[in-house]
Parts: sequence; structure tokens; C-alpha cells
Amino acid sequence: MTLTQDSGAEARPVPAGHVRLTIDGLEVDAPKGELLIRTCERLGIIVPRFCDHPLLDPAGACRQCLVEVEMGGRPMPKPQASCTMTVADGMVVKTQHTSPVADKAQQGVMELLLINHPLDCPICDKGGECPLQNQAMAHGRTDSRFVETKRTFPKPLPISSQVLLDRERCVLCQRCTRFSEQIGGDPFIDLLERGAEQQIGVAQDKPFQSYFSGNTIQICPVGALTSAAYRFRSRPFDLVSTPGVCEHCSSGCSQRNDTRRGTVMRRLAGNEPAVNEEWNCDKGRFAFRYLTSRQRIIRPMVRGADGVLAEASWTEALRVAAEGLLAARAAGGVAVLPGGRLTVEDAYAYAKFARVAAQTNDVDFRARPHSAEELDFLAAHVVGRGPEVLDYTRLEAAPAVLCVAFEPEEESPIVFLRLRKAARKHGQKVFHLGQWTTPAMRRTAPERGAAESAAHDNLIRAVPGSEAAVLADLPDDVVAALTGGGVILVGERAAEVPGLYSAVSALAERTGAVVGWVPRRAGDRGALDAGAVPNLLPGGRPVTDPAARAEIEQAWGLAEGAIPARPGRSADEILAAAAMGELAGLVVGGVDPYDLADPQAALAGLREVGFLVSLELHTSAVTELADVVLPVAPDAQRAGSYLNWEGRRREFGPALDASGVLPDCRVLDTLAVEMDSDLFTQTPAAAAGEFARLGGYGGAAPPGPGVAAGEARRPAFAQAVLATWRQLVDESTLAVDEPALAGTARPAFVRMNAATAERLGVTEGRPAAVRTDRGAITLPVALADLPDGVVWLPANSAGSRVRATLGAGHGDVVGVTAADVPAGEALVGISAGSTS
Amino acid sequence: MTAMSDTPRPDPLTPVLTRRWQSPRSWSIGTYEQLEGYQALRTALAAHPDQLIQLVKDSGLRGRGGAGFPTGMKWSFIPQGPTGPGAKPKYLVINADEGEPGTCKDIPTMMADPHALVEGCIITSYAIRANFCAIYIRGEALHCIRRVRNAVDEAYAKGYLGRDILGSGFDLDIVVHAGAGAYICGEETALLDSLEGRRGQPRLKPPFPATSGLYASPTVVNNVETIASVPAIVQGGSDWFRSMGSEKSPGPKIYSVSGHVERPGQYEAPLGITLRTLLELAGGMKDGIPLKFWTPGGSSTPLFTAEHLDVPLDFEGAAAAGSMLGTTAVQVFNETVSVPWAVMKWTEFYKHESCGKCTPCREGTYWLVQILERMVHGEGTEADIETLLDVCDNILGRSFCALGDGATSPITSAIKYFRQEFLDLIAQQPAVARPAQLDDLVGAQA
Repeated sequence: MTLTQDSGAEARPVPAGHVRLTIDGLEVDAPKGELLIRTCERLGIIVPRFCDHPLLDPAGACRQCLVEVEMGGRPMPKPQASCTMTVADGMVVKTQHTSPVADKAQQGVMELLLINHPLDCPICDKGGECPLQNQAMAHGRTDSRFVETKRTFPKPLPISSQVLLDRERCVLCQRCTRFSEQIGGDPFIDLLERGAEQQIGVAQDKPFQSYFSGNTIQICPVGALTSAAYRFRSRPFDLVSTPGVCEHCSSGCSQRNDTRRGTVMRRLAGNEPAVNEEWNCDKGRFAFRYLTSRQRIIRPMVRGADGVLAEASWTEALRVAAEGLLAARAAGGVAVLPGGRLTVEDAYAYAKFARVAAQTNDVDFRARPHSAEELDFLAAHVVGRGPEVLDYTRLEAAPAVLCVAFEPEEESPIVFLRLRKAARKHGQKVFHLGQWTTPAMRRTAPERGAAESAAHDNLIRAVPGSEAAVLADLPDDVVAALTGGGVILVGERAAEVPGLYSAVSALAERTGAVVGWVPRRAGDRGALDAGAVPNLLPGGRPVTDPAARAEIEQAWGLAEGAIPARPGRSADEILAAAAMGELAGLVVGGVDPYDLADPQAALAGLREVGFLVSLELHTSAVTELADVVLPVAPDAQRAGSYLNWEGRRREFGPALDASGVLPDCRVLDTLAVEMDSDLFTQTPAAAAGEFARLGGYGGAAPPGPGVAAGEARRPAFAQAVLATWRQLVDESTLAVDEPALAGTARPAFVRMNAATAERLGVTEGRPAAVRTDRGAITLPVALADLPDGVVWLPANSAGSRVRATLGAGHGDVVGVTAADVPAGEALVGISAGSTS
Repeated sequence: MTAMSDTPRPDPLTPVLTRRWQSPRSWSIGTYEQLEGYQALRTALAAHPDQLIQLVKDSGLRGRGGAGFPTGMKWSFIPQGPTGPGAKPKYLVINADEGEPGTCKDIPTMMADPHALVEGCIITSYAIRANFCAIYIRGEALHCIRRVRNAVDEAYAKGYLGRDILGSGFDLDIVVHAGAGAYICGEETALLDSLEGRRGQPRLKPPFPATSGLYASPTVVNNVETIASVPAIVQGGSDWFRSMGSEKSPGPKIYSVSGHVERPGQYEAPLGITLRTLLELAGGMKDGIPLKFWTPGGSSTPLFTAEHLDVPLDFEGAAAAGSMLGTTAVQVFNETVSVPWAVMKWTEFYKHESCGKCTPCREGTYWLVQILERMVHGEGTEADIETLLDVCDNILGRSFCALGDGATSPITSAIKYFRQEFLDLIAQQPAVARPAQLDDLVGAQA
């Protein structure tokens, strides 16, 4: 065996698609096209570099990575940048370890990089984790011969409310500008001036308003880019780093929590090639100040006889809650609304609590407009599916993708980055079923030469409400593109359009395209699989299947027939029943009534229900009405896992000390014990273990929904059909207390096309009022390529809280007038619409 | 290769490129046509494009922009054919962004004889099968831009440009583009980026312009003088062209003689002429003050001294003597000029014009200028000379494009030939006393 190995090694053939070269005397096989610097890395030879980044196109700008190269026995006359040169057969490479020329070249470049650098490491955020500092120590001279005058700039220069630029520290590697151009596709920053005066900058009145700007801070190899939130707050060597998972959306990004003395100081994108690569969005990076918000609830509260919430001990609060719920269960039943921001373990605990302690299927995680059609769709296409069916890699490789009721950059930014990467790298066709050409659509169009830069129309326009009909009658080229490995990404907003989920289901069947469901919240997907829905038990088991019920009853140690055989009510139905006095108790998790289709109806339900228990992080519209408020632990202070949109389990541990706070699953477990039921979800690990043991549903998936396509409403005089969805950076609860992030939100406009503006008598740039009988939203008008008779509003931005103010949503008819026209004259009453 | 040794060598003063310059209204199409203008075009259009490429290859024409790359070979790199890379549109781009200090041959050519360039563009485009040609002219040369634009308009009016040129079925459009005055845009890939409307900075190579140039399509980038030589080659043939100049550097060349000579100006001569002959043509050194140093081809070529008077000024001759032919911008300096001062002024130019893309050129020129300015102001030290040389060593061959290399040439060559002058500059100055209080500061050493 030894012999064969030896002889094999001598005559070892070069693998197909590889070349053989020598680096520092070591023979190595490398795939064709690999950059020298990567091959060196694989050998453990670290060539210093600044501009090189494995996810950015090579630039060769900093010249730090020079090595000596010999080709075909002939040394190349100049040292070569190993970050731009690809491997070749027979190449002989000498790095700084074996070549005095390469070593001197690297030291020379390092000295040049430092002549204009302020060397202010002791006060620099990057000091201690700085590639320039580290590499200058390893590959630089011990002293500088530069005794002349350094170039100076005023600093810092705020290039957005969130990102500050120190031009003196900058080594002009262009990582930030290349990231913005190549990865994000929104190059608000670019090089200005030339020579030693060259600098990064923004155009006048055009700040760095990118959702991905924080990544430039992270990949900056010096301290030139800093964040307003973290600048001068901490030193890297004082931080304790814990890997984590982002709680904001269903992308499922890895992140790094950096904490100091019990406080999260900053968050960075984690390196997870299969999911977020090395990127995250600014919301994921910066929106964590809710942890220290003054609205945080620390102690349980019980509403006293005086009607006022007062702090109470856990023992008392749990006793009051249990007594109230037991009474309610007996009186008219208890329902459970967990919300969409739960970990899988918590959602499982809510699902189990509903069946075991509340003895009902009335549990629905959907804290947003929803429909019965949606449940059928999820049961048929989504639940129980993991990344083996559709993941980021397959999404990236797909020849065509159709986004339905899903605005990727706003609702799942990392999915957007993948789509952009695929469009840019291999010409993936990305189609969007929507209303207007958003910035994301332009940036997922294939890149073309400047000669043919005409806008690529990848938008399939539909009047809100008519999306299902449009989907049933797609242009042939779109259908052809989807047939043969295409992907359809559908967002949770499809529930707002009757028939749309059914149309997606039919289209998938027609084209063979794979369906991916990308909800907006991090917890939706996990809650679905954990059974926090009225029609499904954990693992996607239909409530209506006796065998599935029996399986769960047995696993949970329940009596036969303990789980009701009929599917429960949806969140809307639960709240309506509560408002009618048909429900006596409610257990509510992270639900904001203003996110539901009809906030007034939701609030009525919460107000009228006999007994209300709220598990919350912050005081909210629900805690204001609750009889008992039980505080729960934020992600930073607990372990758990999310299922991201792929169905991939994303586990995380606590970043901060977790004493004194309890995760939802523990609170529910204890509450259940008080109610004489056992959940066995004392810890997330226990809940996860039990959920895993249950496994998935063995039966066949039910067929997809078959709801007929709806029709768009027809606007009358001074009316329009409303299109609306949320922006990434908006008035969301978890983005509180972060003004620097809020400063990078996209400005809110009411958008419509020019003909509609003319018909409605409103003017571009001038305010217009969008009204229903509940209220009005007044915003400046911006023109966009919407269909005739349609106006668009951001759903939850400053000055535009659509559901809360108008009680209307996507597809409803609203009145639109110039804002200076008195309301009563221009508009006859329009009643608030409902979408389901 | 077919040059016959028994062909009589023409008089060095038989002009080819400049022969029309003295004619009245030499820039007008009427004068040009009278003096055999656009005859070469008719000959060329009757030939197969591949024959033209072969003709230029045989002529041995080398690029006149400085690097001396064989022109015919460059044309032959353009992929042809109905499929693959050959199916893309092809472009001809004329580099008329003349900006090297001392260089002033292209602008006079375009001023006096713009139609020679236009005719050359049409023939070249036909040869490489391009239907679009851009002439990128330095923005400051406004009068020149007007001249060439006017010439292009005249050529359109006469049917030499546009659709179906002279009934040949060949179409060509020429656009005259005004640059914005950046030295870097004379670098061919930076020029292409600038032409595309981007920031003018050099591109990573490969891919080379021949396969991925303007708008990522096959592109030939040639200098004005190169292309203006093409009609003459088509008319005279490759043997005639090779009868001028040397075996490896054939043909005529415009030498721009400037500085301390009696009659500075453009002197057309076969490649391989010496400075001694050029000085004779230019009336000798001004006021008889002896020659001190000179550049053979602009400030980026290492400078020469009086001992190089007989170096043949062709690509091989200049290289063998330790410099480069460059753009044949012969700048002549007499003994009244301080070498460190002249080098400082050149280096200030390079610092001002560094595009900023790569570290060595951007930071290196910033540093070099300060050292040189300090030395010229009498505050240099002996160590500064070694620092200058070492910084130059850290720029030369380490920068992204050749412009960084060029910035080091004047400094290293000046120290090579005139080190004593730098030392004298230091010796003249009193030593700067070390402040006494420095000794009291803990850790303050040297």
C-alpha cells in the first residue's frame, strides 16, 4: 500500500480542469482560473493584501500582494500582483518567504501606504482588528523614512447618517466602492479627484442611502469607514464575540454579536457561504437597540382591581394567569396568537400549549393579513420542506426566477443579493410581478455594456388585485424561462390577493418551477413547521388526519381524542370571535394589532376578550390591554433557532448573560404547569429535542389551493387602487432607538404614473392625501411607472402607516386628492376595505 | 525583410508625414486631394482587408505612441469571422491624448494635415473591419479638435465617410471625442474607460483591448502618427517604407526638438537619426551654450547627456543606450539648467497626473516631490539621494500601469549621470542644528 502510494505520488496525474504549479518550493494542483493568492491561502501561505476580497472582482489596485512569478522557465520581469494573476501550468511562484524581490516589493508598498496614513491606531475603532495594522507589523519596515508633510482632510465626513468616512485613514483599496457597485448594485459612493488627493466620496445631496452600507465598514481594511452607532464606543480587544443569527427577516443571516459588560456593542455579518456569504443588511447590523429600549419589560405585571398594571412576582403573575386562563377555558375557550417573531422552540411551545393547556386548535402565528387559501398553500408547498428542495445555492443557479408579491430588497435583502449576484454573474433572468420598477428590479436586470444600457424591463405589471389573473396569463417568454429549472419566490403578501397563492401553485405545476415561500419575519417559517397554525400539528401533520392526531397525542402523553379533530380558527377569526364575546381568553405573543388586516377589529377583539395574557419584550398595544404581562427574553439572552425561508435550521446561543430573563418556551411551560399540564419545554434544547423526535408527517402533501383569481377593484372619480408593501428600514418595532439607521430609510412618497397624477389633479413633488373614512396619509407625489389608476404607499414608514391610518391595504380603493383641497369637498366616503 | 540593400537611402529631409505641412491651407480637403490625398483609400478599398494587414506587417511599422508595438501584428489580433468573438462589432480608437511633457508631434500633425489621419482611420477601419472609429483628442487642444472635426465633416461631405464609402459597400463613422485633460487617459485602457464615460483609470489586463476593448468589443488603439503613416505605406508599399530607418525600426518619424536649440520644431527624419544630426538641422545649441542633458522621447524616458550625441534614435538604439525612444520628444537642456530642479518639475507633473489607482504611483510620486522640493530648497541630506533611489525602486515595476514606471525615469537617470549635482546642492547648505531640548525628551532619538 505504501508502495502504491509512493509510485502514485510520483506519476500523479494532474486532475481534470486543474494545473500544477510550484509555490515557495511546494508543488500544488489548483483549479484552472484560480487566483494565485487563493492558491497560496490553501497552502497556508498568507500574502498580505488590501484590495483583494474573495467575493469582489479583482482590482490589483493596492499592489501589496506582489510575488515573483516564473513562467515556462522564464522569470517575469516585474513582480506580479497575486490577486489578479491566475494559476498556470508549470508556473513557479516565490512569495515573500522565498523571494527577496517580493519581500522588498511588499515592504516598499507598505511603507508607501503608511506615508499618508495618520497612524492614529490608539484612537481608531479598527485598532486591534485592523488589517493595515496587522500587516504593517508582519510585512512592513520597523520605521518610516517619510519625514515630509502628510496629506490631510477634514474628518470625519458623514456620507450618510450611519456611515462616517475618515479620508486620511483610507488606503484607497476600493473595496467599499466595488462592494457598492458589484454586490449591492447601488453605487452611491465612488472615487473622486486623483493622485494623492484621490478620495472616496458621495455626490452632492446623494448620501450613501444603501441598505447594505454597513458591509463596507466591515470589509474596510483600515478604520476609514466607521458607523455612527459604534464609533469610539469600544475597543475590539475588550469585546466578547458570540456567533448569532439575525432575528429580523427570514434570510437567516449568520452574525457576530460583540458584547462588553452585558451590552451588545455592535453586530457584524457572519461568514456563512451557504446563506449570507459574508454580507448582511443594515437593519440586521444596526437594529439591536431595542434590547436597551426604555420600553423593555423586565418584570411580570398583573392588572389589579384598580385596572392598573402593576409589577408582580413571577409566582403571583403565573398564578393569576393560570387561574384566569383555566376559567376562560371553561367559560368560552382560550385561543393563542404567537406572532411571527418566534424561534422554532418557542413556536413549538405555543403550538403545544394551545393543544395541551388551552385544549384547542385555535392557534395562528400569522400577525399580518392572511387567508385560508394561504394555509392550504403552505400545507401543500412549504411545510416540512428543507433546503434540499430549494436553497440559496439552487436559487443562484436557477436560469430564471419570478418574484410574486415579494420585493426582495425590502423583504429579504440577502435573497436580493443572491438574485443580483446570479443576474450579474450568469445572466439569471429575474422577473418581478409587481406595480412599479423598484430599485431592486433595476439591479436584478442582467448587466449590459454601456452601449446598450437601455433599461431592461423585468417587471410584469399588475393592478393590485389582478395579480392572480396576470399570473395565469404570463407572457410566453416568462413561462419558457421558468420551465426547466426556474424558481418562483412568493412572499407573504400573496395572502392579500385572493387567488394568488392558487395561481402560484398552478404555475409551478405548469412549468415545473420550484416554489420558495419567503415570509418577511424570521419566525413565520418555523412557526408553520412547529404547528402554530390552526390546520397543522407539529411537523406538518394535518389536524384532520386521525392518525397524525393520534401520533401527537401519544408523543405528548395525551388521552386519545384530546386534540380537537377540527382545524382551529385563523387569527382574524379568533379576534372576531373575541370581539363577539365568543372567546373567553387569549394568550398573545409578539403581535402588533396594527400589522393585521383590520387593526380596529383586532383591537376590539383584544379589548373585549375576557382574559388576556401577553408575553412581550416591550410595552405594546397588547400589553396595554392585557390582564397579565409576562416578560420574555430577547435573542441576545437566550439560545434557540430559526427556520429561515429555505427551511434551514439556524441555531444560536446566548450572547449576553441570561439570568433573570426567560424565553417564551420556559414561561409557557411554567404557565402550563400552573394549569396542571406539562409541556416539557423548560429549555429551548428540551423543546427542540422533543420537536425533532416527532419528525415530519409521513402522509402525502395535500393538493394546492384552488381559489379563483380575483379581479382588481375599479377606482371611481378621485380614487385609485392602493398598492403597498413595507420598506426594509421603516417604523418597525425592532428598529426603535436607532436614529442613525432611520436616517438611511428611503424617503416616503405616494407614487403613481403621470396620467394618474393628472387625472387625480396632483403634482409631482407636491403633497397629496390618500384617504379612507378612517384617516388620511399625506405625502409628496413621486412619479413612477405604475399601471393607470394605481397609487403606491410604503406600508409602515414614517408618515405612512397604511393599515393603522387607513384601515386599508393592498388592492383596496382609496381616495386621492391634492393635499390642499379640503377633504370633504373632493371625496365622498369610502369605507375601509378588507382584503380577505 | 524584403528591403533591398541596394535601394538608395533617401535624403533624411525627404518628408513623408510632414510633406503637406507647408502647403497653403494644408488642412483643407481641397489641398489634401490635390496632393494625392485619398488616393491610398481607393487603393486600399480595392484590396482585401487581410492584404492590408499583411502590407502593414511587411512594412514593419511600429506604434508611434511610445511603446513601439508592431502595428500590423496588433491589427491581426482582432478576431474575425461570423461567429464567436469575431462576430462582435470592432472598433478603432485613435489615441490623440498627447500629454507627455515635451511631446508635441500629434497636435501639429492634426493641425496641419488632419486628413492624413482621417484617411488612415478609414483604411485601418477597413482593414480590421470596424465600422466605428473614435478619435480621442486632449481636451485642452481645442483648436486641434475643431480642425479634426472639420476634416471629418469634409470627408463625410465628399463620401469618404458614412455609408457605402466610394461605392465599396464599406461603412464607417468617425466620432471626434474631447478628453478632459488627464495624462492617464493617454494610457490605452484608461482612455477606453474615459471614452465609455467612466472614470479614466487603467483597466486590468488581460483581457486586452484586442479582444475586450471599447464596450467589451475587439478594439485597436493606435497613435495618431502611426495611423497617419498608413496612407503613405499603402501608396508607397512596404519596401519603400523599409527603405527608411533601420531593419527593426523602419520608416519616417517626427522628432519634436524643443528647448535650448536655435530652431526648435518638428523635424521629420528616418528612424535612427542622431541628436548630433538633429542639432545640426535645428541650428545648433541656442547661443552656443553647451548641451548638458536631453531626453530622447519625453520625460518618461531616462535622460541622456552629451556623451549620447551619436546614439541612433530608433527603438533599438535608444534602448541599447539605457533609455527608450518613447515619443521622440527631444527636449534639449543647456548648462544653465539645474538637473535636480528640472527633475523636480517633471516629478511635480507626475504627482499631479497620477490617477490614484495604485499605491506605488499615488503615494510614491507624492513622496518624491517633497524630497526633491526640499533638496532644491537646500534642505536635503545625503540620505535623501538613497531614499529617492529606493522609492523609485519601489515604484518601478510595482505600479499598475507604465505611468508609475515613467515617473521614476527622470530621477534615476538624473542621479546616475548627475549625482554630484545633487550632492553639491546639499553641500551648499549649512547643516541644520539639532535643537538642544530634543536631548531632554525621553525616547527622542535622531
